[in-house]
Amino acid sequence: MILAVPAGCGWSLAPGSEAGQDAARAGGRNGGGARMVLEEELAGLMASAQRGDAAAYRALLKACLPVVSAIARAQGVRGEAVDDVVQDTLMTVHRARASYDPARPFMPWLRAITQRRAIDRLRRAGRRPREVNDPLAYEAEVDPGPAPGQGLEARDRAASLARAVASLPEGQRQAVEHLGLRELSLEEAAALTGRSKGALKVNLHRALKALRTSLTREAE
Amino acid sequence: MAERAGCEASRHDRLVEALAGGLKPIRPLPAPGVRAALWLGVALLAGLFLVAEVGATGFLLRMHVPDLALEAIGAVLTAVAAAYAAFATSVPGRSDRWALLPLPPFALWIGASGLGCLREWIAPGADIPGAHTITGCFSFLICVSVPLSALIVIMLRRACPLRPNLTAALGGLAVSAAAAALLMPVHPHDATATDLLMHAAAVAIIIAANGLAGGRLLAPSARADSDPV
Repeated sequence: MILAVPAGCGWSLAPGSEAGQDAARAGGRNGGGARMVLEEELAGLMASAQRGDAAAYRALLKACLPVVSAIARAQGVRGEAVDDVVQDTLMTVHRARASYDPARPFMPWLRAITQRRAIDRLRRAGRRPREVNDPLAYEAEVDPGPAPGQGLEARDRAASLARAVASLPEGQRQAVEHLGLRELSLEEAAALTGRSKGALKVNLHRALKALRTSLTREAE
Repeated sequence: MAERAGCEASRHDRLVEALAGGLKPIRPLPAPGVRAALWLGVALLAGLFLVAEVGATGFLLRMHVPDLALEAIGAVLTAVAAAYAAFATSVPGRSDRWALLPLPPFALWIGASGLGCLREWIAPGADIPGAHTITGCFSFLICVSVPLSALIVIMLRRACPLRPNLTAALGGLAVSAAAAALLMPVHPHDATATDLLMHAAAVAIIIAANGLAGGRLLAPSARADSDPV
């Protein structure tokens, strides 16, 4: 099975890493042996994906993430738009996967799709010009990033909820985790915990009541 | 910043899971040459049917006239080259330069058609078609083009044209050239200036209609996704 390969060939590279950019350039010129290996492995994974191998497809798409990011940046896409290009490209790769010919290299196919999606994104961004010469318009420009402290608040809320859930009795905690947080069905949660569906419902009801009380008290 | 990076990573992971979760086996598309040959095969069948219907005697006679023979060869070569170029540009990673392939036969086709106009001056007594016949030719070109256009759009949509307008215009050129080639067995007259103008109008309409409608039909946003993501 080809899936054993990713650990060894540097696919799970951080976005923008040197090897990721190297992978992005693969196929564009006569490269070294490592690039050829990567090219062949990606082509092999895509061929498996075309035959319906979901695990190979998952590995392929994950291996493509840093490559697609690097190509998008090379096209001039910046900031959050890079992630939008990655999403658009993955969707197009999925829709166009029948058009890939396993006998041909994979990277030019991927690069063509990514470049086109990056150009589309840049064109869309170009149609929404930001006024920077008018001081009032510049002041009124909304910062698309998160507000200062927003992450801290979210982290605090998550921490206090985690503390409150951890302090619940075992049965109630399991009910909240499986039904509330993991959103499992009653049947699945019953099979996992070995408890009856009725007991899970009662535990969930009691847990929510207890959480409401403890969190309200904490907020006051 | 790290939190946003984590959030984007999980967004990508969710998409990867959704795409891999709904994966179905899919047959790779045949090479562009094979797909072009299939489409041209349908056009050829239509041509053989027409020859069987009207007979080949008049057609063979007309093919002895050099400019008519050149026009026929130009139209056929344009159809072949434009069909191949359309299917090649519908596959990601193939060079856009394939779009230049139909230009030489297109020049031959248009040039040879233009020679027909000169015949009216050289041989004033030539058989000049009346308005009724010309309208018939025009209708023939449009009627043949509609099914051929529909077929090529359906076949092109199966790939992923990254430049939908270019691919659609090439498809339109292939359709108009094939329609003009199919007209030759049933066209009872030599070409004239009026005739040529009508043909040019029909060809322009077919290419423009394909470029406009086909461009939208082939554009990614207009394509219905069969798989949930």
